[in-house]
Amino acid sequence: MSKAAECKCASSRQVATGDRAILPEGAKTIPIYVMGKKYEVPETLTIMKAMEFAGFKFLRGCGCRGGICGACPTVYRKEGDYKLYFGLACQTVVEPNMYLAQIPFYPANRAVYDIEKIEPAAETIHALYPELFRCVACNNCTKACPMGVEVLDYISALKQGDIARAAQISFDCIQCGLCASRCMGELPQYHIAQLARRMYGKYIQPRALHLEKRVAEIESGKYDSMLDSLMKMSHAELEKLYKEREREPDMSAPGAWMPKDTQYL
Amino acid sequence: MKVSYYPGCTLKTKAKNLEDGAVASMAALGVEFEELPRWNCCGAVHSLADDDLIHQVAPVRDLIRAMEQGSEKVVTLCSMCYNTLARANLLMREDETKRNTINSFMNEEKDYHGEVEVVHFLNFLRDTVGWEKLRSSVKVPLKGLKVATYYGCTLVRPRNVAIEPAGEQKIMKEFLEALGATAVGFPAETLCCGSYQILANPDAALDVSATILDGATRAGAEALALSCPLCEFNLGKTQEELLGKGKISKEVPVYYFTQLLALALGLGGEVCRFDLNDKLSAEFLKGRNYPLEAVA
Repeated sequence: MSKAAECKCASSRQVATGDRAILPEGAKTIPIYVMGKKYEVPETLTIMKAMEFAGFKFLRGCGCRGGICGACPTVYRKEGDYKLYFGLACQTVVEPNMYLAQIPFYPANRAVYDIEKIEPAAETIHALYPELFRCVACNNCTKACPMGVEVLDYISALKQGDIARAAQISFDCIQCGLCASRCMGELPQYHIAQLARRMYGKYIQPRALHLEKRVAEIESGKYDSMLDSLMKMSHAELEKLYKEREREPDMSAPGAWMPKDTQYL
Repeated sequence: MKVSYYPGCTLKTKAKNLEDGAVASMAALGVEFEELPRWNCCGAVHSLADDDLIHQVAPVRDLIRAMEQGSEKVVTLCSMCYNTLARANLLMREDETKRNTINSFMNEEKDYHGEVEVVHFLNFLRDTVGWEKLRSSVKVPLKGLKVATYYGCTLVRPRNVAIEPAGEQKIMKEFLEALGATAVGFPAETLCCGSYQILANPDAALDVSATILDGATRAGAEALALSCPLCEFNLGKTQEELLGKGKISKEVPVYYFTQLLALALGLGGEVCRFDLNDKLSAEFLKGRNYPLEAVA
């Protein structure tokens, strides 16, 4: 008897994809509920793949499939459990009797500002997003974050005027909007955090001085002749140059290796 | 000695002059204020509606942070934070039904039953540091400085969280006297400053500010000490308008009690942050020859 046939839930073979359902070898199927309707899907799939297996086709609500674009936030409950669970459809593996709904977009007002003219101060954020002060610290935002960001903590940091801390805490935010969907104060947390990170990046974070120096060197034309000589080479010359290039040994200690030809340094 | 410390949002923004002097003074006296990790807004105003438990969640969460820190007490400076935290704490201690509701709502946190004591900084100075120790640590006695003791509402109301028994009003007097100043009690010392009415009903708020400021002047005070950023705004930042409208007879420099503490301990203007007060406050102290630089 095959493994698939042993599985009680697989016995009904209620696969929504009609005659095109091909199970991964040895995989059991489990029931999941999409918008309230039951589908039998292989237990090994992510929510996104399982929904595609079940016949859904994503035109939107699906982006990078790598857990970073924020297009596929999904809310689900498990049978017999009052708690709400949250995850990215492309990253979360299906579980039996999961009741799920994707929330690819959640409306949240985004303030209009000119980052070039803005004053990098807490008061600016407070003025652009006065609803910040409607937070009651219920923590539903943090519970909803599929990236594990401490959303309440960065909202608190902004009330306390600490833009750098808010930028750091919110660094992993992928702007999916699940925080805003659960907020009883109706805050657009993820937009507020983005403003904090922009202010931090533009005005607060220390500048990388070596980068400025390098940009100035490039602009002064230091590397122009080198690039020109490369551009004039034939395909064969380039290939030879590439193959014979000096390479840093794979495991050399940082700073220990120097090329023989130092004209580009 | 380490003690858990809850600052409050305003002390990190507009009222750094309430916080900095206190933290520096405690360091000078060998007390380390250990700021709560991951604290949030205290809730600002205690919700009076009996069934409005969601507004107790913010202060209770802060108290859980103090409990997680392993502390038996948490010290706070701002009158409103003190009031909100202390009342939420009382509710968690005394009302089993509400406590269970709040604990089960906050199911991602440890259960809380009021394990932590909420202590206002004045009580901490009196009961843990002690007036004697404070008196002997003073480097710049505020001799001859007549300071009105202004409590406002939230340090003394309601009586079950008041920092001292109702009607007593001794603690601020004892504090100022330990610093060498002359404390001046006056009839309006527990009158409301007008609170948030300064936004909704500014004329009424300005009227009570005027009553308080003129009351202090009439009682012979030259300055006024308080413990709340909202009181400081209503009493300190409105004086130009009050004078212009003829509502007060003269301006009164307004200080946070923590600024006077740091000044008396010789820590100087840098930690006192008089630049954030009404413009009169630093000038007045300079005129009295108090050193605004740190004293060795």
